[in-house]
Amino acid sequence: MSKTARGVTIGAPSASAQRIPLLLVGVALLALCAALSLALGARAVPLSTVFGALFGDAHGKDALVVTGLRLPRTVVGLAVGAALGVAGAVAQGITRNPLAAPTTLGINAGAGFAVVVAIYALGLNQPVQYVWFAFAGAGGAMFFALLLARRSGDIEPVRLALGGTVLQLVLLSWTSAVMLASERTLDEARFWLAGSLSERPLDVLYPVLPTLALGLLVALAVTPALNALALGDDSAQALGVPVARIRLAGAVAVVLLAGSAVAVAGPIGFIGLAAPHLVRPFLGGDHRLLVPGCLIAGPLLLLAADVLGRVVIRPSELEVGIVSAFLGAPLLAVLARRVAR
Amino acid sequence: MTSEQLASEKGASEPVARKSAVPAPSAPADATPEGARRNELSTRGLDLRYGDRVIVGGLDLVLPGDAVTAIVGPNACGKSTLLRGLTRLLAPADGTVALDGTDIHRMPARALARRMGLLPQQPVTPEAITVEALVRLGRYPHQRLLSPWSSADQAAVDAALERTGTAVLRDQPVDQLSGGQRQRAWIALALAQDTDLLLLDEPTTFLDLRHQLDVLDLVAELHAQAGRTVVMVLHDLGQAARYADHLVVLKDGRLAAAGPPADVLDAELVKSVFDVDCRVIPDPESGTPLVIPKHRPTGRRTPA
Repeated sequence: MSKTARGVTIGAPSASAQRIPLLLVGVALLALCAALSLALGARAVPLSTVFGALFGDAHGKDALVVTGLRLPRTVVGLAVGAALGVAGAVAQGITRNPLAAPTTLGINAGAGFAVVVAIYALGLNQPVQYVWFAFAGAGGAMFFALLLARRSGDIEPVRLALGGTVLQLVLLSWTSAVMLASERTLDEARFWLAGSLSERPLDVLYPVLPTLALGLLVALAVTPALNALALGDDSAQALGVPVARIRLAGAVAVVLLAGSAVAVAGPIGFIGLAAPHLVRPFLGGDHRLLVPGCLIAGPLLLLAADVLGRVVIRPSELEVGIVSAFLGAPLLAVLARRVAR
Repeated sequence: MTSEQLASEKGASEPVARKSAVPAPSAPADATPEGARRNELSTRGLDLRYGDRVIVGGLDLVLPGDAVTAIVGPNACGKSTLLRGLTRLLAPADGTVALDGTDIHRMPARALARRMGLLPQQPVTPEAITVEALVRLGRYPHQRLLSPWSSADQAAVDAALERTGTAVLRDQPVDQLSGGQRQRAWIALALAQDTDLLLLDEPTTFLDLRHQLDVLDLVAELHAQAGRTVVMVLHDLGQAARYADHLVVLKDGRLAAAGPPADVLDAELVKSVFDVDCRVIPDPESGTPLVIPKHRPTGRRTPA
């Protein structure tokens, strides 16, 4: 695999065309994962019943579990995973830093802090109520990270990654401080802070659909420029890329996507970081393939982690944020080793 | 009209002796009328600063079109900063930079990128990118969102690969090439951009002598055969004198001298700009000025 990864051709339509079947394989895997997500859990449902429940003629308890609980959960997982995957690819593109992700830019920590403060001060106790606080926290954190990264009008990629990491640590410590001050807040927030898809009705997803769609559009619009940006700011500018504007637009896309994701599911790490690294060995570094690839790899990783979390300690379950971090870390280590070789 | 025809019609300084096997890329179309396109960069009262530090101050300069210009000067004299100012990577604190009379800061980014290409001093090579993929990125200013890769794009890429001798390397990853090959691949990217004007920031740094000469010969060929106007920052005065039609000598961000190498490069200038005692003799090979530092008794070093 590593051989073909090195033979990758950025921008070649012929090579790109050769890689489109790989995208289809990804879609097939994703469909399989979605089917498993509908079928597996505390109560395993046969696939035939799943199909029956989805397309109308099956009734009863199993069918109710599928349509009432697992279908919304799977749909939310698809949307959140896609948002995180694309946000990760764009974040790494605009910072030229393979470690950039919604987590390392402080977005997840910002959302977490805002939600914890809201729980503490306003006495909230439903994930549906957290949505806008999480979104505002995510936006605020990204804004601060951009402010830290500004130098004479431009956003410096190294300062952005560094500033985001510092911001993340500060926000995490403030979050801990609030939770330690109030036991009730700790109790309410700890499950949300782990990042989870359970008990997220579609009502949680609807309010963020516009921001998700807008974020995706902006991400796709800046995608060709990200290829030129990979050559360094000077070369990109000499090629006619409005570097500062592209970087700002990319940051806006990241905050829209990651903010929507965290608002729905809580802070889920590793998906945004790992999805681009998973896609690159197969599709190469061309962002015009990488971004669509992450649109598939993000939900694939998230649903796989969610399904796994449901079956490992059946009938109880592990939060998807815990599973993704648990599995994502070794996966990333393996990928990093392969790149280094 | 091709840039080659353009060059010969205007009476290029060197006759186009060998027609290259590769057709010269066609001149990019934009708003500037053909008659006004001399590819002449000029600065007027140019002030370039990093923060409060003035690097280049009050510079009035004309870089002739259809020529090879070398910018030389001691370390930290502002050579590279000047090149950044000329290519809009650095906004002037005061004064203007104009291309054929039009302020480059008033030109749309893409239009400028179709007139002027740049090889930065330390470009970033994306991991695992192949030579052809790298060179293809040079077509960026010619492409639109959702517009397909055209045969003109492919022709420009093929011509750039041929001219730089990197066609055989097209499928190789750039990060595994030697320094000289990599530099040629990057020059190919700037060529695929298909601009009349090419700016190179120390293109020979980190290369051994043979590869330095390869790059400089390529520059001479680009000017003579493809009619490109070249502006480059160089360190070696002998090479600058041999390969450039026009020499710009900077000291402390100000113009020390400018003109044909044979007219401006003498012992007095080298002493005043570089603080080096030397003799300037005709290069036995090319007849251009050659700087020979005088023998210094051991122990005499430049005070730190």
